[in-house]
Amino acid sequence: MTPLTPSLPRSVVPDAWLSVVNGALLAQENVLACLEVDLDASLRFRKNLLILTDQRLLARSDDEKSWQDWPLDPRLTLSLSDHAGVAQLSLQDEQGHALGQWRMTLGLQAGASRLLAQWREGLLRRERGEAAASAPDSACPVCHQPWPADEEECPSCAREELTPASTWTLFKLWRFAKPYQGQLLAGFLLTLAATAATLVPPYLTMPLMDEVLIPYQNGQAIDPAVVGLYLLGLLGSALLAWGLGWIKTYILALVSERIGADLRTTTYEHLLRLSLEYFGGRRTGDLMARIGSETDRINVFLSLHLLDFATDVLMIAMTAVILFTINPTLALVTLLPLPVIGWLIHIVRERLRTGFEKIDRVWAEVTNVLADTIPGIRVVKAFAQEDREAQRFRDANAHNLQVNDRLNRVWSLFSPTVTLLTEIGLLVVWAFGIWQVSKNEITVGVLTAFLAYIGRFYTRLDSMSRIVSHTQKAASGAKRIFEILDHVSSVPEAAQPQPLPPVKGHIRLHELGFRYGNRAVIRQLSLDIAPGEMIGLVGHSGSGKSTLVNLICRFYDPSEGRIELDGVDIRQLALRDYRGQIGLVLQEPFLFFGTIADNIAYGKPDATRAEIVAAARAAHAHEFILRMPQGYDSLVGERGQGLSGGERQRISIARALLINPRILIMDEATSAVDTETEKEIQRALDNLVRGRTTIAIAHRLSTLRKANRLVVMDKGEVVEQGGHEELLALRGTYWRLHEAQQRHAQAQGDVLAEESSDAA
Amino acid sequence: MQLERNPRGQWCWTDAEGQCHEGVHVASAFPISAPGQGVSVLDAEGHELAWFESLDRLPSPLQAAFTQALREREFLPEIQRLVSISSPITPSQWEVQTDRGTTRFMLKGEEDIRRLNARCLLVSDADGVQYLIRDLSALDRGSRKLLDRFM
Repeated sequence: MTPLTPSLPRSVVPDAWLSVVNGALLAQENVLACLEVDLDASLRFRKNLLILTDQRLLARSDDEKSWQDWPLDPRLTLSLSDHAGVAQLSLQDEQGHALGQWRMTLGLQAGASRLLAQWREGLLRRERGEAAASAPDSACPVCHQPWPADEEECPSCAREELTPASTWTLFKLWRFAKPYQGQLLAGFLLTLAATAATLVPPYLTMPLMDEVLIPYQNGQAIDPAVVGLYLLGLLGSALLAWGLGWIKTYILALVSERIGADLRTTTYEHLLRLSLEYFGGRRTGDLMARIGSETDRINVFLSLHLLDFATDVLMIAMTAVILFTINPTLALVTLLPLPVIGWLIHIVRERLRTGFEKIDRVWAEVTNVLADTIPGIRVVKAFAQEDREAQRFRDANAHNLQVNDRLNRVWSLFSPTVTLLTEIGLLVVWAFGIWQVSKNEITVGVLTAFLAYIGRFYTRLDSMSRIVSHTQKAASGAKRIFEILDHVSSVPEAAQPQPLPPVKGHIRLHELGFRYGNRAVIRQLSLDIAPGEMIGLVGHSGSGKSTLVNLICRFYDPSEGRIELDGVDIRQLALRDYRGQIGLVLQEPFLFFGTIADNIAYGKPDATRAEIVAAARAAHAHEFILRMPQGYDSLVGERGQGLSGGERQRISIARALLINPRILIMDEATSAVDTETEKEIQRALDNLVRGRTTIAIAHRLSTLRKANRLVVMDKGEVVEQGGHEELLALRGTYWRLHEAQQRHAQAQGDVLAEESSDAA
Repeated sequence: MQLERNPRGQWCWTDAEGQCHEGVHVASAFPISAPGQGVSVLDAEGHELAWFESLDRLPSPLQAAFTQALREREFLPEIQRLVSISSPITPSQWEVQTDRGTTRFMLKGEEDIRRLNARCLLVSDADGVQYLIRDLSALDRGSRKLLDRFM
């Protein structure tokens, strides 16, 4: 064994530290983990190194001269905490004395938790007397995805790239073009043929000039047969070009439309699989713009611009070849402006690239204003802020104009310049051609043919130059789409999901921790929920109840700890299987556009009508549904217009009942309705709760009367748990919550009494 | 069990125990997707008195009474042919032939034509009356062409 520099893939000591470290390690000592912390005790940026070996933990002392070390000892506790973006690893002895503390910015926290995991594992191994395993776990501690040893960064956690869109992004589209490669090839060959056909007419001007017109001027009669032949050739080639052009455009447009559709569907499907966290951090308008207009832009690029460009390139190449075969000298002169135009294109390309990206962002901003305002229109109107919203839109639009103006300044100069160069090019050819004719080096026919070719040639260059902007637009669109496609869900599907046996519904939360950004919302939370038990989660808003529920639903994965269902970590279960066991009833029930029957059967699309009716009955929704003109076939709108809050809630309860879940989660299911409706819903809920493991969050403590156990949360921790009476007797957090609600209810009662006495 | 009309023109339901309820309504749970299935008898307050999975197994006089009661309560004309449309741009006046006769109505906007499934459309007019097109492919060519401008 070579103990000094053990070959561990990721815990290798950073090169800068190697010399220092080597001196500190003992022979036969194996480095398990290594962490370069970047803050000192007074939170100034200073690097220090922490090394965990199979025998001890080493760190540089503050004076940076010597090493401090602590043995890998079960009596010592190493723990990780964080606050306001600073993470802290601390080592404590049995009495809780701090032996060492190391601080780092949050970016290093993943490394710290890896070190912590290694510490715990090391302790376990010591206990069992095993030798240290040389390779650390091959799963990322943050996302629990497999982490290939040769990758520097965990592939799933790697950040989104912030580089400007490169044209190369477009090549990623090949993945979508591949299924159509046969058609694409056919399209290309047709393009080739069609282009060749369009090049025939100018060629025919040569003999027309030299064999017909010029001899006629010199006194020879015109031979109608020859002229007819040439004219027929002209017509034939024109017809051929027309037919071929038609077919190629059709085939390629068909293919590109399909590529665009595939791209859109794939992106949307991928988007749906991403975790809630992704949606939380993005705005609807932006995502909608990406999937809608960006795919369309790519589509148009593929079907129109790219096709034109390919035709242009072919045209230029073929023309160049023809020109050189006719007369190399004149061809050389003709092609002279080409490099100049190429250079010009290159200059502008650089400028346009960033500009178009900016326009995209501004455009998303405009859409975002709409997406913000329209769903929130009631709030806008209630606060009479129409003017402000209009102003916001105007500002976004003005910004849009401004960015466009800046870009157009460059852009507008571009086309006229190309046109100018074209004219100059023609001039050169005229001058040089006349000179050559005068020297009898070429015939008039050749010069005419050249001019005819060049006319096409330069207009092609002009249209080719436009491809720059289209390519840039498409590339930035592609980049934004691939940003979605390349994003890996932060709630990854298990690589080898365990099959889910019939579920009993035993949920165990083990030392759970979760943070939004750098704010810890759940800390070290452990809870055991027996099958069929109903838990009431109580606490102030912001105490982490909803987050806990989101974790149990696996909308997010915990930062630390684990959640087990019947003893299996839920991360090892297939998401679909797991969520199929969960019935969720939310405060704001969401109804999709469709019939009531469709909405009830949302979680089980193949449910029979009898099942739907049974679920609706149990949810006390059957009768009001029958009162609607089209019964279960009545359409309900986007946000369930036409139904009251209580009715919508009962439909969503029926939806949860229909899938017959083992676990039921109710997040403030009754808080949006009045007390009378609440009773109705409560009866529906009582049907739902029966025999299922239930976790209910409620603001009104009275709604939790059926709960077997109340769990009181505060600042992300469980502070009390037990029955209602028991908790009241504690006179703690629960008691205070209860008192406050009692007072509130009493105050309301007083107001009501007053009103009724006033009325009397 | 009996469903009859009393002299005041109300429907009366006599349940299996022989108790008589006046002023009942008969409602179909799936009038569009499964007209004959899931029929409910509701009392005047809208509480359910009886439920039948299907009308088929009922004795024929009862079945006839149910059909009649349903027909009176449910008003969902089925469009069979589009006779004319005043303008391809909404709002537009539609003249249609339905299973309940020919009528005219005003279509406010394209969004009032809703697709229930691949073949079935629901059209709501400006007053909120709904019309059903049960099977798009069963319409004649002319009607489909007219309809196509709105979809």
